[in-house]
Amino acid sequence: MSLIARYFEATGLPTLILGSALDILEFARPPRAQFLNFPLGFETGPPNDRLKQIEIVGEALKGFETFTAPLVNSLPFSWQAGWQMIETREREEKRDDQRSIRSNQPQYQTDKDRQLAEGN
Amino acid sequence: MSKPVQYMQRTKNTYDKLGYPPYRWFEADAAADFAPVSKGLANSKLGLIASSGAYVEGQVAFHYKDDTSIRTIARDTPINKLRFSHITENYLPEARQDPGTVLPLQSLAELQRQGVIGELADEYYSCMGGIYSQNRVKTELIPNLAAAIDKQQLDLLLLVPL
Repeated sequence: MSLIARYFEATGLPTLILGSALDILEFARPPRAQFLNFPLGFETGPPNDRLKQIEIVGEALKGFETFTAPLVNSLPFSWQAGWQMIETREREEKRDDQRSIRSNQPQYQTDKDRQLAEGN
Repeated sequence: MSKPVQYMQRTKNTYDKLGYPPYRWFEADAAADFAPVSKGLANSKLGLIASSGAYVEGQVAFHYKDDTSIRTIARDTPINKLRFSHITENYLPEARQDPGTVLPLQSLAELQRQGVIGELADEYYSCMGGIYSQNRVKTELIPNLAAAIDKQQLDLLLLVPL
């Protein structure tokens, strides 16, 4: 995503990344990044908590007005219950970061999606 | 607060175990350009690109072999029509129940309603992350996104990776 950020920034369009992988952000040094220290899959907030999602996105967007130079900033939110949920899941399923098979066939979430998109 | 996870090392280990060629993240060798923000957020038009592989029911899903295509997600897409296909599906069970965890359509709409954001793009754009070839990101994905973003006449662009 940092490559994309750098491209648009160079065209004059200010960008801001809201992401949760600090090491990847620091490696790529995008123009503006807000780091949310939540598990991956929750970059814009915890599930079923609309108010917290709005608060996080609103706080992140302030970076457009406050950053004066390229920066990866840490947002002041923590979510211990979320980390525990992921830790339990990974322990029970005996896996962490997986990768699906690199197939070149569309990977629909449901069969109904496939039927709607492909008409069969 | 939890210590930040070292995702690059973790992915290297996973790829080694699977016998995949090593993934090469983009490493900056110079500071990024920094475009000035000319108007405040409350007076700006904001767009969104998310790389969580979101698509809308009825659209063709992403595939998992360096898919450099994009999907248009209309700003007012009903939340229950949002779907995800992403190579790291293990990060998506909650997003498939509540897309607001990775795709902030409702959060942005509310912030615009509150006057925090001036205006929102009519269309947001979705793509796939984890593309091996940085060259294909530069020569295929970015031009696809640039052509789409150009139509939106934005002042600011929010980017949300998975």
